[in-house]
Amino acid sequence: MLRWFRSPATDTQITHGQRLWLYIFATVVMILLLTPTLIVIPMSFSDSKYLEFPPKVWSLRWYAHYVNSPDWMQATWTSLKVAFLTMLVATPTGVLAAYGLHTSRFSFAREVFVLLITPMMVPLVLVAIGVFYAYVKLGILYTVLGLVLAHTVLALPLVVIVIGSALRTYDMSQENAARGLGAPRWKAFLTVTLPQIRFAVVTGALLAFLTSFDEVVVAMFISGGNNATLTRNMFNALRDQIDPTIAAISTIMVCVTTFLMVMVQIFGQQRKPKA
Amino acid sequence: MQALRTNEAGLRQDGRMERLRLFGLSSPALVLILVILVIPVGWLFYLSFVGSDGHFTLENYARMVSQRSYFRIFATTFRVSILTTALCIVIGYPLAYFLSQVPTRVANICMIAVLLPFWTSLLVRTYAWLVLLQSRGLINTWGISLGLWHEPLPLVYNLTGTLIGMVHIMLPFLILPVYGSMKAIDGNYVKAAANLGASPRRAFWGVFFPLSTPGLFAGALMVFILCLGFFVTPAVLGGGKVIMVSMKIVSNIQLFFSWGAASALGVVLLVLTVAILWLASRLLKLDQIAGRGH
Repeated sequence: MLRWFRSPATDTQITHGQRLWLYIFATVVMILLLTPTLIVIPMSFSDSKYLEFPPKVWSLRWYAHYVNSPDWMQATWTSLKVAFLTMLVATPTGVLAAYGLHTSRFSFAREVFVLLITPMMVPLVLVAIGVFYAYVKLGILYTVLGLVLAHTVLALPLVVIVIGSALRTYDMSQENAARGLGAPRWKAFLTVTLPQIRFAVVTGALLAFLTSFDEVVVAMFISGGNNATLTRNMFNALRDQIDPTIAAISTIMVCVTTFLMVMVQIFGQQRKPKA
Repeated sequence: MQALRTNEAGLRQDGRMERLRLFGLSSPALVLILVILVIPVGWLFYLSFVGSDGHFTLENYARMVSQRSYFRIFATTFRVSILTTALCIVIGYPLAYFLSQVPTRVANICMIAVLLPFWTSLLVRTYAWLVLLQSRGLINTWGISLGLWHEPLPLVYNLTGTLIGMVHIMLPFLILPVYGSMKAIDGNYVKAAANLGASPRRAFWGVFFPLSTPGLFAGALMVFILCLGFFVTPAVLGGGKVIMVSMKIVSNIQLFFSWGAASALGVVLLVLTVAILWLASRLLKLDQIAGRGH
């Protein structure tokens, strides 16, 4: 141990001992980063009406409350449906946009790309009230269609960025070879290019799903009635009181998103060529 | 010769048509963004210049200058954004440095601490902080039972709670780009500095830190821009005491139905965001040019 303290940590001859403050600081920060995400999990299994840690009596009471509440179930169903449909719309739209932009090579491609990622830069509140206003006029407020369209716009930048960067590392001459041998462009794309960027496509699709599933601000304005999303109901419940049911729902959400992101990591890893 | 030339021109025209057709593949995405985002936001822009009598007016903007409450909202927004960004730098930079210095295997495991909060829903994390910080929450209960303090500390429903929540949510946005640019630094530079007699401190500030600034700059910019338009966390953890521009926009719509006032605030927020991004991109370019000059 002592020897480790005195051993050099870097090429500048600084020792692990002199770096101890850094190690302690980093550990504390990492604990602070993780705690708020993880602490709701044990708390959701408490029997108490007041959130306590560690729970004195363990129970599934709040999960039962969640599952037996028609409102929460309705909201969960809406969120899943909207997220799934958003994924189905945003992924092909984004893939086509990224492919079109990549292959057409116009000088204004850069400006079009910026336009495609504007939804990331415009403050969400502004998007929310703009969409709200438009949907009142179009008569699609509080509909699944409206939610899917708005969430698709929010998810598009991510899909375009992920697919775009995959296409940049992809050797387009493979597709050209297929076309030279007589395949029409769409067939060359589907049978040669698409299989090679499939991991990026899956990553983009998962990110689109997650974007929609987690989205609060826009959903707050344009979801409601029978089509209120889970996040909208959670936000309203948070403002009113601290209901332990939310701890149960939070735990489920942490599990869902962690599962999806682990998938993203796995697919992302496979995309990189092994060096 | 003549025939050949027309053939060539024809081919070039064919190529252009083909490229146009390919470009057309982007149109569904562009139409969606145009209809759902650009036109409605443009409409809000128009609304911000229309008074209650339906005529052109600047009153929605004049109100922002004349009324002190609006000035306070902008001041709060900037104060919260600047404080959050500064805290993120102070906390995030050393952590990114730590991650870049430890062996890759350790760094990958530690990275979970950055990524897990990153992909966890914002609402879940805001809720967790509410649970931890409230007067009968974990931190106060523990603090009092350990005898560290006797009255519950006001940790939430104020600026403190808002900052804690926002720093926690923004940290990954700073750490990830900083870590990226630190990993890209060639270790030989630091070694060379040490070899030439620089102390570890000097080698760090003179060589390593300047090389890591592109990531730091990008991360801080990202955090600041996101903070300017942030809504959920200040709305929940601020308890009505920390009113940011985005919250005023929402209350203008939901409570007062005043589209003009809300739109004007939204336009100012958007203009500020774009201006900061533009300025930053100019600075970054200058930085790159200067960098190349060395």
